[in-house]
Amino acid sequence: MTAALIFEQILNGLQFGLTLFLMAAGLTLVFGVMGLINLAHGSLYMVGAFCCAWITQQTGSFWLGLGGGVLGAAAAGALIEMLVIRRLYDRDHLDQVLATFALILIFSEGTRMVFGSMPLYLNIPAALGGTIALPGVEAYPVYRLFIILAALAVAVLLYLLISKTRLGMQIRAGESDREMIAALGVDIKMLYTIVFALGGAIAGLSGALVGSLRSVQVGMGEPVLILAFVVIVIGGIGSVKGALIGSVLIGLVDTLGRIFLPIALKFFMENASANSIGSALSSMLIYLMMAGILAVKPKGLFNATN
Amino acid sequence: MQRTDTAPKPVSMPKLSRETIVNIVVMAILLAVPLWASSIGEDYYVNLASLITIFAIAGVGLNFAIGQGGMVSFGHAAFFGIGGYTTGIAAFHNFEETLFMSMPFAVSGTNQMLIIWIVAMAVCGIAALAIGAISLRTEGVYFIMITLAFAQMIYYFAISWPAYGGEDGLSIYLRNELPVVDAESALTFFLVCFILLLGVIFATARLSGSRFGAALGTAHMNGTRLATSGIDPFPIKLTGFVISAMITGLAGALFAELNGFTGPSMLSWQRSGEIMVFVILGGVGRLCGPAIGAAVFVLLETYIGEWTEHWQLLLGLALLGVVLFARGGVMGMIAGSARHD
Repeated sequence: MTAALIFEQILNGLQFGLTLFLMAAGLTLVFGVMGLINLAHGSLYMVGAFCCAWITQQTGSFWLGLGGGVLGAAAAGALIEMLVIRRLYDRDHLDQVLATFALILIFSEGTRMVFGSMPLYLNIPAALGGTIALPGVEAYPVYRLFIILAALAVAVLLYLLISKTRLGMQIRAGESDREMIAALGVDIKMLYTIVFALGGAIAGLSGALVGSLRSVQVGMGEPVLILAFVVIVIGGIGSVKGALIGSVLIGLVDTLGRIFLPIALKFFMENASANSIGSALSSMLIYLMMAGILAVKPKGLFNATN
Repeated sequence: MQRTDTAPKPVSMPKLSRETIVNIVVMAILLAVPLWASSIGEDYYVNLASLITIFAIAGVGLNFAIGQGGMVSFGHAAFFGIGGYTTGIAAFHNFEETLFMSMPFAVSGTNQMLIIWIVAMAVCGIAALAIGAISLRTEGVYFIMITLAFAQMIYYFAISWPAYGGEDGLSIYLRNELPVVDAESALTFFLVCFILLLGVIFATARLSGSRFGAALGTAHMNGTRLATSGIDPFPIKLTGFVISAMITGLAGALFAELNGFTGPSMLSWQRSGEIMVFVILGGVGRLCGPAIGAAVFVLLETYIGEWTEHWQLLLGLALLGVVLFARGGVMGMIAGSARHD
């Protein structure tokens, strides 16, 4: 085990964590502003990936595909907000869970009807292919580095949007008192649709970016969605800062745990059982971490609504 | 002259609420169809009825947590799966004639359903105690997400632990045995499931009407008020959660028997969603709601599934329609809103 391996795995963990952040940011914004738990967020991630893969196949341009993925997911988000989600704000969480679960079924089956059950494959664009030498790592894939930088850029833009712009001010006001800002003449329906579309766009970006690393297929969104839930539970619901810290934490713990836990266990037991126990334990690691954090802080590390 | 006041007073039937009548009709149909199907030798329909009954038991468990305790668990597949794996593992060791564990005392497999049910419910109870102890520190949307996350943890554990089949799951080659009756017979197995369904419906109804049920309902509606009257809400809710999990675990054990198979799909998040769908489709907090919900779900899956492989699209639309426009589920549509008398 070398320092280079450790450093490379840290970068991989960071990349994984930051793509999770793109999912978690939208979820936590939607919950913070509208008080809505949205299971269909994973479907928006899938829509982004499919739009990106399809447009890239048709036009041959990854960049057009990426833009299409973001726009497609934003449009899908705005559409479901106007048709369905809007009716759920006043309902209890049980109704919200059920209606958005129904949306998952509709999105998944709909996508399967259009694209079939076979996964689509998306190639990494030529400009981002190959590897790059970083301090400590001889050859790190350029594309993964690109994902890290793109996600960080989104995090910065999101911070600027929320803290420096008029729209951001309205979003923050909507979090603390929605009736008041409606009384002040802000079109709250429009604001909700925009926030939902924004969350969808970021989720779509995440799906489109990850689509090149893994296959693009129906059901790809939900495992990421559940991890994003773990992230925002750890970070504190409604807090974008908490989502960022939580997702990087999860990304690092999961990635490093999978590599190093079996290695560490080999000091205590024979190889075969170290591998099986190590892999079983490392797949549970982030949930155990979540349990540990909740045992100490039941409302997460950075609770925005408290 | 005949005196009229000596005429015997007509014995008045106790007035049944519309919901009670619906409950009786639903249960009668659920019992009658497989009896009829078995008499004409169509075991396929008997097994379909067993599936509905088992899903209904799982739903009754979750319905107790949601309807009585307000605990919206999105992780009940964990208990369904643990019940299934208990059956699978017991049968596996019995078949291989190996020990489940040798330390600190020897535990072998078994093919006795009664023992398996008790063990499955006990294991689910212990798991629910641990999951509930952490999850119930939170509430609302946190609780939904955390129960989902814990179920996912157990799912990934089952996938990556190679001893019991990992991703492939475990086959149960011979159905386990019951004393006296022949559980291999489709009709007998259905009747066993049906009796268990009646049992858990009766038990949850009695529990809901008990002092404990009243405390649980109050813990859901106003925890502070319950605390003011000297009852700590936390242990009440935890107990309710554990009972709910044990019932769903029993359903999991039966499901594994019915299919002769147990695998990670029993633990998946979709399964949690489905169990929730049984409860909502039928009507939250209604005694026989889960039975109606499970029946609608299984029949949709079976009959629309024959017609198109995209039946989940229709299920999604139907579900969306129920949530948006028919609050209270099927029972709410037939019998009106829940009575509190």
